[in-house]
Amino acid sequence: MRTKQRRAGRLGDRVMFGLCALAGVLVILTLVDVVYQLVTNAQPAISRFGLGFVTSTDWKPNFGIEGAAALLYGTAVSSLIAVVLATPLGIAIALYLSMMAPARVRAVVGPLVELLAAVPSIIYGFWGLVVLVPFIDKLEPGLHSALGFIPLFGPASPIGISVFTAGLVLTVMILPIISALSRDLFLTVPSELKDGAAALGATQWEVIRGIVLPTTVSGVSAAVVLGLGRALGEAIAVSFVIGDVTAIHSSLFDPGSTAAAEIANQFTSPVNSLHTAAMFYVGLVLVVICMLTSVASRVIAGRFDVTRRVI
Amino acid sequence: MSAVSETALFEGRTFDPTAPLTPSGNLRRRAAVSRIVQITATAAAVFAVAVLVIVCYGVAVRGASALSLSFVIQNPSGLAGGGIFNALIGTLEIVAFGALIALPIGILTGLYLTEFAGPRSRTANALRLALDVMAGLPTIIVGLFVYGLIVIPQHRQSGFAGGVALAIVMLPLMARSSQEVLLLVPGSLREAADALGVNRWRAVISVILPAAFGGILTGAILATARAAGETAPLLICDSIGFNPYGTSLNLFHGVPSVSMFIYTSYDLPLAQAVTRAWGAAFVLMLLILIANVLARLILARSRAKMGR
Repeated sequence: MRTKQRRAGRLGDRVMFGLCALAGVLVILTLVDVVYQLVTNAQPAISRFGLGFVTSTDWKPNFGIEGAAALLYGTAVSSLIAVVLATPLGIAIALYLSMMAPARVRAVVGPLVELLAAVPSIIYGFWGLVVLVPFIDKLEPGLHSALGFIPLFGPASPIGISVFTAGLVLTVMILPIISALSRDLFLTVPSELKDGAAALGATQWEVIRGIVLPTTVSGVSAAVVLGLGRALGEAIAVSFVIGDVTAIHSSLFDPGSTAAAEIANQFTSPVNSLHTAAMFYVGLVLVVICMLTSVASRVIAGRFDVTRRVI
Repeated sequence: MSAVSETALFEGRTFDPTAPLTPSGNLRRRAAVSRIVQITATAAAVFAVAVLVIVCYGVAVRGASALSLSFVIQNPSGLAGGGIFNALIGTLEIVAFGALIALPIGILTGLYLTEFAGPRSRTANALRLALDVMAGLPTIIVGLFVYGLIVIPQHRQSGFAGGVALAIVMLPLMARSSQEVLLLVPGSLREAADALGVNRWRAVISVILPAAFGGILTGAILATARAAGETAPLLICDSIGFNPYGTSLNLFHGVPSVSMFIYTSYDLPLAQAVTRAWGAAFVLMLLILIANVLARLILARSRAKMGR
């Protein structure tokens, strides 16, 4: 009787372990299959355009000519705008939430900032188009007249739809990622270090600059890279406000397109099968970039303890 | 203290005991810099909350005019009339189907990482990396993947394909949250179960999972809410020949969804249609915000129960 029970127990253990391991294997297989599916479906475009695909700026599906350089440029620029704006903002919010806010304010404001991440991208896109775009339309002429000597701030776009607008929408979307992760990191900084610095007469800013930021620099960098990855892959919200123009303009106020937005815009109405294959090729390039950012974020975060230096 | 040492302390300045105790010189500059930083940080937090309020307000103001009970409980009629009942049920159906796939796999993955894999296991590290990469996949890429995997072989877009895509969106979120919660379950519970000679699988089912239930539920609600708002995968997997007025809820055909309703209504050249898109956006946002608040309440309660 007892041996029977024990055997059943051992069997149960094995079944449980098998199920869990199977789930894990399934996750890894799915990821491999993602790459496989993209490569297979992109095959016609890969054999037609080769690696020159990523450096050619011509995206003319009607003529069977496809190059992703303009899309990748738009992706890079809009994401960079988002990262440049969201990083200082996100870190400032995280500092406020972890070191300055009274407990009651923190308990309310913290979740509210995280709610920004819960708003669906279609709502950001729709809101961006109807509310933000007219606002940008008024903002851009001012920026142009003030900073127009830099080619980036060229003449304003006629209706406020631009790479810059897309960058702003992306800023709002990645802000909660950077701020929530940074806040959690700032909270892990040992209070002995902070209190020690304060006891030596350091002001709050000196504690932040001398203790908090140096001890968390790699973790915060990882959070920023994570935000970057999110911005690179955002399709719907960007496709609403960027204008779907596949050309490289030096001005941020000109419309453009990104890899993900272009797929969202054109995938449901391809002109031919090569066009579809080219979009899979764009997807393949995008997925490689996003996988690299994910791995980079993990590698940087892994160095968290190593790079900890005490001033 | 003698007068000499005081003079030395203040670097030649004579000590004036009646002077007010305010910082001066370098110290005042440092305090001012610190103050500026504090104000900037506070302003940044105010800005973030303001953006949330502006977005919610913008959607609410424009959506409220379309909103009524019939908007939620009626099927659409004509080109821009009726309600979004079919889209709501469709979203519910696709998301529920996706959750049915993602929740068990996510929880099992979390169990594998916390209960079965050793701390230095290579498989576990590979799996963690895979989950991170999966979480970083753009959702439009997930759509392309499922398009190649299911839609092309079936020659048909379907709610089924959309559900599988949403499952892939939910899975890494689910795995991560259940992993985090399982790590919070006190080791003493596991040791107590071991000491009683309970098999590992029984311990998992009757001790560990119940202890982590609240947290897992929170993760599930958050993942589901995230999936419910996704548009990109549905655009790729569940939209061609998509009829927002279709009321078929057969999972193996095109199933309407709220996010695709917003996406397509916006394209119609009718003011009425855009108003209805705002109405649908308002409903979607309301549901997602409620789910998020609910998830937080559940988490707070289960934390309190676990004594944390």
